Amino acid sequence: MREMILSELTQAMQDLARGFAHYLPRLIVMLILAFVGWLIAYMVKIVLRSILRLIRFDRLSENAGASQLLTKAALPSATEMLSRFIFWVTWVGFILLGVGVLGILGLQQQVERFFLFLPHLFAAVLLLFFGMLTAGFFARAALLAAVNANVPSPGLLSLAVRSIIMVFVLSVVFEELGLAQQTMLVAFGIAFGALMLGLAIAFGIGGRDLAQRFLEEKFVRTKKEQDEDELSPL
Amino acid sequence: MEDGNFLTDEFLRQLINVGEVDILVGLPTHNNAKTVGSIVHTIRTGILSGFPRERAVIINADGGSRDGTPELITGVSIDDVRPAPSVYALRTLHAISTKYASTPNSGVALRTILTAAELLRAKACIVISPESETIAPEWISNLLRPVYYDSFDLVSPTYRRHKFDGLLMTNLIYPMVRALYGIRVREAYMSEFGFSGRLGCQFLSQNRWNDGIGEDGIELRLTLAALTGGFRICQSFLGEKDHVERRATDLVPTLRQSVGVLFSALDSDFNAWSKVSGSQEVPTTGGDVELLLDPLRVNKKRLRDMFVNGVSELNSVFQAILSPSTLTDLNRIAGLEEEEFRYPAALWVRTIYEFAAAYQKSVINRDHIIQALAPLFRGRVLTFVVENRNGSALDVANDIEGLCLEFERLKPYLLEMWKSKE
Repeated sequence: MREMILSELTQAMQDLARGFAHYLPRLIVMLILAFVGWLIAYMVKIVLRSILRLIRFDRLSENAGASQLLTKAALPSATEMLSRFIFWVTWVGFILLGVGVLGILGLQQQVERFFLFLPHLFAAVLLLFFGMLTAGFFARAALLAAVNANVPSPGLLSLAVRSIIMVFVLSVVFEELGLAQQTMLVAFGIAFGALMLGLAIAFGIGGRDLAQRFLEEKFVRTKKEQDEDELSPL
Repeated sequence: MEDGNFLTDEFLRQLINVGEVDILVGLPTHNNAKTVGSIVHTIRTGILSGFPRERAVIINADGGSRDGTPELITGVSIDDVRPAPSVYALRTLHAISTKYASTPNSGVALRTILTAAELLRAKACIVISPESETIAPEWISNLLRPVYYDSFDLVSPTYRRHKFDGLLMTNLIYPMVRALYGIRVREAYMSEFGFSGRLGCQFLSQNRWNDGIGEDGIELRLTLAALTGGFRICQSFLGEKDHVERRATDLVPTLRQSVGVLFSALDSDFNAWSKVSGSQEVPTTGGDVELLLDPLRVNKKRLRDMFVNGVSELNSVFQAILSPSTLTDLNRIAGLEEEEFRYPAALWVRTIYEFAAAYQKSVINRDHIIQALAPLFRGRVLTFVVENRNGSALDVANDIEGLCLEFERLKPYLLEMWKSKE
């Protein structure tokens, strides 16, 4: 009986040692990959940060309105944020590569899924950034046009333009990420519909007096104004 | 040399029939049937009176008129315009027309005229605005003579105008061009002007035509090309310029074609303007600028409201363009009552120079920078109108001169911003 226990124990120890010996090189490879990955990710971060500073990415981000959002959230600059994001994505990528080397069946599938998801993540980040840039551009264009045409509440008009574009951009971003597609579709429909309905009600009922005043100013010029010249600039 | 590929075969055939000419009169048009008949009549009278022995041609570049404008130009008979029984044309006076596009484009129109001038080897050319209702036959002579007889390359016009007409010219274009390029050209953005074949050829070959950029504000580009190219420039007094009624919405396109063109030219002309200090008078014939003082009703409340509204609504835009001190000053004057409102010359000049530097650095979209200037210009117009409401012609001239000197004094500030990297 005693011998049997000893034999089983020895067998178990031998299996453990064999298993450890089997996994140890893989573990070392994983650690090496994680370390090399950190080095590469760090270098990528430094190079990317320099390039972004060179192309004045922060100014682009300011134009997109992203910088203001980051400042409000007490986050670092857009350049720093993007550099850190790339650093973590690269490093996590290497770590997962290392985990894949361990040969754990369930984990391998997860790693594969992560790498397949990466292009979607990058596309989503790009879509979000350029979406914000577009929204910022058109919001400013609307603001300037409204101010120069003497339209009432130009800030509100600009905000409406920005909101409509951002709602659309966010729905595309979530679609790209594949997150709650059905929910997002419904949410987008509800949000867009609500926005349009809100605008219609605001202009139709809430802004009746404003609209009346605006139309009067536009089309029914008073006698005094008719007598006054608009000065010729050139 | 311009190859004339963009000209139609029919137009080229007509040019070949004309042969070489001494004088070319360019008339860009678009639905100007109301005025163009009398203008062509005046042009022909002017040529017959002043240049009866010279070979002359009128070139009409039409932007798709639907009211029979080209037919009115080509249909005027020489007998209709003989100014006096003793005056006879010794040469055939040609008038040809070409439709360069279905929509008007002043850049393509002038390019057509310049190319025709080059192909016809014209010695002296003038361009006449199709809206000039006050044009007189003497205008033709006054614009042509300095080029034809005195070898000037560009004849810029001066007019008798109301003191509150052309305020963008008097409060921005003239003082800024004068301070930066060192030459006192009153009407750098010209509606009527004369030029030599030499300047025309050079401008035709150097201007960026193909990308469309070189087509906006073409008249101002020609003036700046003459200033930087070392060409001989003079001014000629023409007479009264008619007051054109404009709408408030016309201001932004006007700013694009004038201020936008000037700001963009500063980039390429940096080597020329950065070395200039002070300014020189330009030879002027026929008298100096005259100002009319008739009372003119101006909606001051609307000007102030649009300025105040612009400053408050566009604060985020101005933060990207202006320095904190300038923005603080603008916010301060926006808070003043109508009677106390004043946009001082020094602040106006600082604003313009900061806009120019922001434009060069493209801190935001360049067109947005130009649009953001519109409410501030209205504030400056209000100040100019209030300050000179009861002013004599001399007072107004002194006010403009003071502004010009301010532009010259603050030029180092612009240079400093221009050279800084951020």
